[in-house]
Amino acid sequence: MRNAFAEEITLLARDDPRIVLLSGDIGNRLFDNLRARSPKQFINCGVAEANMMGVAAGMGLSGLRPIVYTITPFTTTRCLEQIRVDVAYHMAPVLIVGTGSGLSYASLGPTHHSLEDFAIFRAIPNLQILAPWDASCLRVLLRQVLEGGKPAYMRIGKKGESELTLQSDVPPIGDGLILRPGNDICILATGTIACEAIAAADILANQGIQAEVALTHSIKPCPVKLFDGILSRHQIIFTLEEHSQIGGFGESLLGYCAERGINRKIKTLGTGDVFMPVIGSQGYARAFFRIDGTNVAENIIKTISQC
Amino acid sequence: MSDLNPPGLSVLELEFLARKLRFRTIRTSYLSGTPHLGSCLSCLDLLIYLYWNALRINPNNPGFENRDRFILSKGHAAPALFQVLAERGFFAVSDLERYGENGTLFGEHPPAPHHLPGIEAATGSLGHGLSIGLGMALAARITGKDYRVYAVLSDGECNEGSVWESAMLAASLEVGNLTVAIDYNKWQATGRSNDILALAPLADKWRAFGWCVSEIDGHNYMQIQSALTNTLSDKRPKVIVANTIKGRGISFMEDDNNWHYRIPNSEEVNKAASELGIPEAEICIAGRVSAKHD
Repeated sequence: MRNAFAEEITLLARDDPRIVLLSGDIGNRLFDNLRARSPKQFINCGVAEANMMGVAAGMGLSGLRPIVYTITPFTTTRCLEQIRVDVAYHMAPVLIVGTGSGLSYASLGPTHHSLEDFAIFRAIPNLQILAPWDASCLRVLLRQVLEGGKPAYMRIGKKGESELTLQSDVPPIGDGLILRPGNDICILATGTIACEAIAAADILANQGIQAEVALTHSIKPCPVKLFDGILSRHQIIFTLEEHSQIGGFGESLLGYCAERGINRKIKTLGTGDVFMPVIGSQGYARAFFRIDGTNVAENIIKTISQC
Repeated sequence: MSDLNPPGLSVLELEFLARKLRFRTIRTSYLSGTPHLGSCLSCLDLLIYLYWNALRINPNNPGFENRDRFILSKGHAAPALFQVLAERGFFAVSDLERYGENGTLFGEHPPAPHHLPGIEAATGSLGHGLSIGLGMALAARITGKDYRVYAVLSDGECNEGSVWESAMLAASLEVGNLTVAIDYNKWQATGRSNDILALAPLADKWRAFGWCVSEIDGHNYMQIQSALTNTLSDKRPKVIVANTIKGRGISFMEDDNNWHYRIPNSEEVNKAASELGIPEAEICIAGRVSAKHD
């Protein structure tokens, strides 16, 4: 995914001189083509993320389209106030990209996990929150954000994510899609963990349970049309995200239903209220938090049996 | 371009303006209960010099792309900035009569630029303005424009690590169109800035960070002018360490840190007016009630 990001930005920057990539001293060699082609459009801001975010806001307020790029905790919680004040309050057209999001860096320990970003950013006005599920989705969203000219945060994976959709299938910001139809239950996933929703649906299909798999990249703005469609079709809905259950994407569906008096069985699947005490691969970490395909399928079967 | 050139006032004219705006700031503090008078008065001469003799701006077209940018990074001195912007023509001086009232824009800190033309950055949380200014200065380079960016920081603000992050990047990228003035009044909210975090030697710190440093009396217009013009050809970012006096211009406020938060009473406003030579007719405080904050 990060390679797709680098490729796409290099392409976009060639045609749009307003694009400037600010890196927090990461991406060794990743942006060599961009730097070679347009040296003015790449700045290594060093390991100084608070300043980098303010610099991006200043550039955005001066006609540029800066993109801030580093590992997710350092482009989110590390410089949260600069995001809230300099970017969001000023409505500066800055794209904040967090790479290696969620549990992508599970082996690096909790300093490098990002499981709180949705919760924190959902409460910040003016800021779009996006979680592409694969490289194609990422490429489409990059173009949409740059065209829209509004502040945005995009959390992306690392590498090796499977391709789930074609670029032509990726819906606009604020929407989603039904990847796989199914009448029994719905799994609504966001971000790169969408592949675990598909794995779960495969396991369920073998047991005779037809699960609809719905995807969205938009935590904010809320994918209202997608919500309405799912709620019109399903009584039992599972949300899946590589993020804390507390304040996460699933809670926005719960809130949506509560506000409207819609009564459905909804389970929000995400990480628990705990720092992971051990290291492991991303797959191991997902299993640890019971948000991998196998655990999700088990959870769904158990829930259905209790209904 | 000519309409962007600053008026270019004489020292006498600047001093006259300074007395007038000092008084308006104090009067507004009394009427609205807005604090930070000491901080306002210590940087007011820097603001006045910049707005009348340095910045290429156009109050009739505040968003003009190639304008110089000014950021009051010490956002708590906004009461002084609002008076400067009004007098310079960004909005009517009479707009400030409702200062501090519910539903208005004029409070303790500058609002976002899209709310109030003339403001370049909403500051108030310290340590943000320099980074934003650096981004604006870099944008000039990237887009081939020749505007300059100025920022005024407080000495207390130099407590913030982000200031030094900006300082390093600006030096590394040789951002020569960025000029910072530090309002070095030797105080911060609760005590001497050198006691709270070892700030001195402040000028040497900036030198060590690779900046082109001038040290001046921040209330002397000739020295401000020299510091701004003599260094223009230097490729490095510029910092003016402006030695100032908190509460400058009012005998009973000077170097008294109580005026970081204190609101003057009517007697003190009258005394200030008298020291500043403000005519009786312009004082206009009778019948108004002070002190939202006490």
